[in-house]
Amino acid sequence: MDFAELVRGFPELTTTGLVQGAIYALIALGYTLVYGVLRLINFAHSEVFMIGTFGAIWTWAAFGLDSNSGAPSVGRALLLIALAIVAAALLSGSVALLIEVTAYRPLRRRNAPPLAFLITAIGASYALMELMGTLTQRRQVGSPALLPSDTLFSIGGWSITPVQMLTLSVAIVMMVGLDWFVNRTRFGKGIRAVAQDANTAALMGVNKSRVIALVFVLGGLMAGVAAVFSDMKSGNTRYNIGFLLGLKAFSAAVLGGIGNLRGAAIGGVLLGLVENYGSALFGSQWRDLIAFVVLIVLLMFRPTGLLGESLGRARA
Amino acid sequence: MTALRERWHSASSAIGRRVDGLPKSARITGLLAFIAFLYVLPNKWFYEYLNIPGLWIPLYTTRNDMAAVLFYCAWIVLLSLGLNVVVGYAGLLDLGFFGFFAVGAYTVALLTSPESKLITQYNWLESPWPWLVTVPIAIALALLSGVLLGAPTLRLRGDYLAIVTLGFAEMIRIIAKNQDWIFNGDRGIPQVGHPPGKYADGTAIFQFEFKPYYWLLLTVIIIAVFLIRNLANSRVGRAWVAIREDEDAAELMGVPTFRFKLWAFAIGAAVGGLSGSLWAGQANFVNSSTFSLENSILVLAAVLLGGAGSIGGAILGGFLVIYIPEWLRSVGDVFGLPETATVFGNDFDVSPTSLRYFIFGILLIIVMIFRPQGLWPNRRRAAELKDRQKEVAVVE
Repeated sequence: MDFAELVRGFPELTTTGLVQGAIYALIALGYTLVYGVLRLINFAHSEVFMIGTFGAIWTWAAFGLDSNSGAPSVGRALLLIALAIVAAALLSGSVALLIEVTAYRPLRRRNAPPLAFLITAIGASYALMELMGTLTQRRQVGSPALLPSDTLFSIGGWSITPVQMLTLSVAIVMMVGLDWFVNRTRFGKGIRAVAQDANTAALMGVNKSRVIALVFVLGGLMAGVAAVFSDMKSGNTRYNIGFLLGLKAFSAAVLGGIGNLRGAAIGGVLLGLVENYGSALFGSQWRDLIAFVVLIVLLMFRPTGLLGESLGRARA
Repeated sequence: MTALRERWHSASSAIGRRVDGLPKSARITGLLAFIAFLYVLPNKWFYEYLNIPGLWIPLYTTRNDMAAVLFYCAWIVLLSLGLNVVVGYAGLLDLGFFGFFAVGAYTVALLTSPESKLITQYNWLESPWPWLVTVPIAIALALLSGVLLGAPTLRLRGDYLAIVTLGFAEMIRIIAKNQDWIFNGDRGIPQVGHPPGKYADGTAIFQFEFKPYYWLLLTVIIIAVFLIRNLANSRVGRAWVAIREDEDAAELMGVPTFRFKLWAFAIGAAVGGLSGSLWAGQANFVNSSTFSLENSILVLAAVLLGGAGSIGGAILGGFLVIYIPEWLRSVGDVFGLPETATVFGNDFDVSPTSLRYFIFGILLIIVMIFRPQGLWPNRRRAAELKDRQKEVAVVE
């Protein structure tokens, strides 16, 4: 128990925790969207994110940037990041759609038992991970340093780097945008209707298949955005990066109340912060343990997570 | 496509009826012959015997000792038999099964290794215990940990139980990895004891060779199958089925659901612990890397691939999830497939060895799409699922 370390590092631990939490939250949204509509843990979502990390790096490579090239000018860097976000989001979104069409839809047609979906999810996860492992020769792939790593500005003891600033602002925009999309648009109304009662929604004229496909694509888009920032934060990626991050993001979704969009956002940020504070207190080797302890303790007292399950049951 | 499937269904059910129609003596003889076949399987000469030109079955694995492959198959089969009680019979989704395996393996390792810190540092033990004595302790501790984990968590339902069990297994793994106290961190515990037994010339049977361990595991599996089968056909088994089908209805009919769920959890955990102790005896070395979540998921895949709630299915599934990837390792040698491919001037390793889990993943999806109930489902469950298929939603 190193309280001095926690107090001394508090500002930095908070900012890095928030950034990590934002990445968790963006991935968690994918789990929670699918769960809210289908009551299905999409175990292949971690690979959707993993593919996104490569999508971003390939985009940068197409412009001749790799881990050894120097930082471009700020305007160019921002443009490149925007391009990478679009590319990674599109790639992840299409992979998510591909998983839904090949691994889940045929099972839904047959009204298969819920556990069968788990196996096709595991199968899709294996296939995607091993495919990328083969394509990248199982090596770690570095990402270029696009933005300078010095402090952007600091207030009191609190300072923030450009990457952190960008991650937080884009994550907030994405989350607010998703919340608006689900709660305020016609498509969102369809999603909520299917989440509430799929068959009744279908009888009322909602195209169930299209809503389900939309949900997978939305989750994929969020994961793609998270992937770009994960690349910029850690500076590299690997074919098996999705596993641990996906597990944490799933925990975050459960923490906030799976099936609940705002819950996933809060759960993600909370998990990022708690992990950081915890690893300062107990040592960084216990970082991964802290996430699970928090999760299990919370589930003992609030069995449906912080905000409770609701995608359909929210205000109509 | 549909016609083909219909024909396959009628053919497979015809075979099932033929087998059921046989007199009991014939069925038992067939079963005994099959068990005998399993015992001789790891002997290489057996394949040389089968290796007749024109009748050549490329079943064995050239890149890996057949006995080793069979040992790992048997190991996962035993685990899936245990998990089948939890997932298949009681319908509890347990994603942290290797947590109990770890309890069993570490118990045996700590008590039988002369390098164990219980002996070298804390002097709790005078000398290492024999392997055989520690196995019941390992089973008991795994059972106890199943009860301890189950008591607070089994009130959670479905997917929440899954995440809690997953978290538990990860916690055990991380603690074992980081804690130097007795687990020795990543360095692990070497020189774990072997099972007893000597050949006539005085050399120990159980050393590092896989074959005797495979035979031992096979024997344990046969006993376990017998016990689990009897349990499943008893009052306990009927209570499990009732819980799986409708927990609330079962509770209202007077089934103490919580107690029976705890039983299923504990029995599954005990089998996991037993498997861990056998594995530790062979591996001779225990550290945290074996208890990864991937392995828990692999065992779950085995149970569901075979068909949840069916003993035959659990055995078949456990065999296939190890055997297919291992066989894919050598399939390239058998059929002379290329090792690398050059695309846009980059070399990619496309040998089946490297792509084996990719192929395995695709196979899992295909099998589940065509047989969502599993390859060898429990008959009652298959009937229920067939009923479900008729109720496909009006709109898709």
